[in-house]
Amino acid sequence: MASPDDLRLIDRLHGGFPLCDRPFAEVAATLGCTEDMLIDRLQRLLAHGDLTRFGPLFQIERAGGRFVLAAMAVPEQRFETVAAQLGAMPEIAHNYRRESAHPDQPGATPLNMWFVIAVEHADQVDRVTQDIEAMTGLPVYAFPKEREFFVELRLPLLPGGHHVPG
Amino acid sequence: MSLDELDRRIIRATQSGLPLVPRPYEAVGAALGISGEQVRERLQAMLDEGLVRRIGAVPNHYRLGFTANGMSVWDVADERVDELGERVGQLPFVSHCYRRPRRAPVWNYNLFAMLHGRSRDEVEAQAQQVAALLGDACRAHDILYSTAILKKTGLRISES
Repeated sequence: MASPDDLRLIDRLHGGFPLCDRPFAEVAATLGCTEDMLIDRLQRLLAHGDLTRFGPLFQIERAGGRFVLAAMAVPEQRFETVAAQLGAMPEIAHNYRRESAHPDQPGATPLNMWFVIAVEHADQVDRVTQDIEAMTGLPVYAFPKEREFFVELRLPLLPGGHHVPG
Repeated sequence: MSLDELDRRIIRATQSGLPLVPRPYEAVGAALGISGEQVRERLQAMLDEGLVRRIGAVPNHYRLGFTANGMSVWDVADERVDELGERVGQLPFVSHCYRRPRRAPVWNYNLFAMLHGRSRDEVEAQAQQVAALLGDACRAHDILYSTAILKKTGLRISES
């Protein structure tokens, strides 16, 4: 489990990592630690899985690419196999198992595998969904965004729910 | 913005992460046969264009205590979904909010809002606030909790 210091570091490094020659040294100075200490801690957080990545996050849609949310209803006995098949595809950026909070209510969704197709060219999306359908024999439901209202995943990591400024 | 070959090479070299060394841009440049300065200039241009959303840490929210991650989905009257989606997106606990197509008969929801909490009770309370905001424009809703991360690598562009 990450320590309070780790949470402060992660919050501080949410974005704005400097584009300068020695960026870790610059950030370390604001945190009151050394460049080596900061690098060591980031390595540890990545190795432990507290961070999944450290670096630039690309919004490929600005260059003609696409991120498309899609879902499938995968039978339980095949779930792991299908997850592994999608796991091997470079076009699949994320994949989550999801379960309805109200599985017994009428109209509850049977869609239990939700993934994001990320491709460099918009016209690759259909091929990827067709490949998945051919590979798994299951229908893929694509949910392309028709309108984006707000996107900023930044959770209140610190006690009190406030972010450190900057 | 269209990507030229150098941009694509920089994306490929950094999409899984920056090298954790004192001069990370220098290291990326060395691998590509260009200077660290050039790498920084290109990344700055991509930031300015919005092609880089941010440079920083991508946390694993489960590991950091946010174990309840609910994709709340709402069947909202078409003529009101844009106006109401705008307001749902402003709620402080909503991280992503989108209008998406329905897929009848398996899927009747057209508004998606991601909710995150340290418990499902916390997420349920957030969903109640969304429900109150939507009022009678909303016919039905559900919350789909993520119960396993099967993959989380982000974009991977390949060799052209």
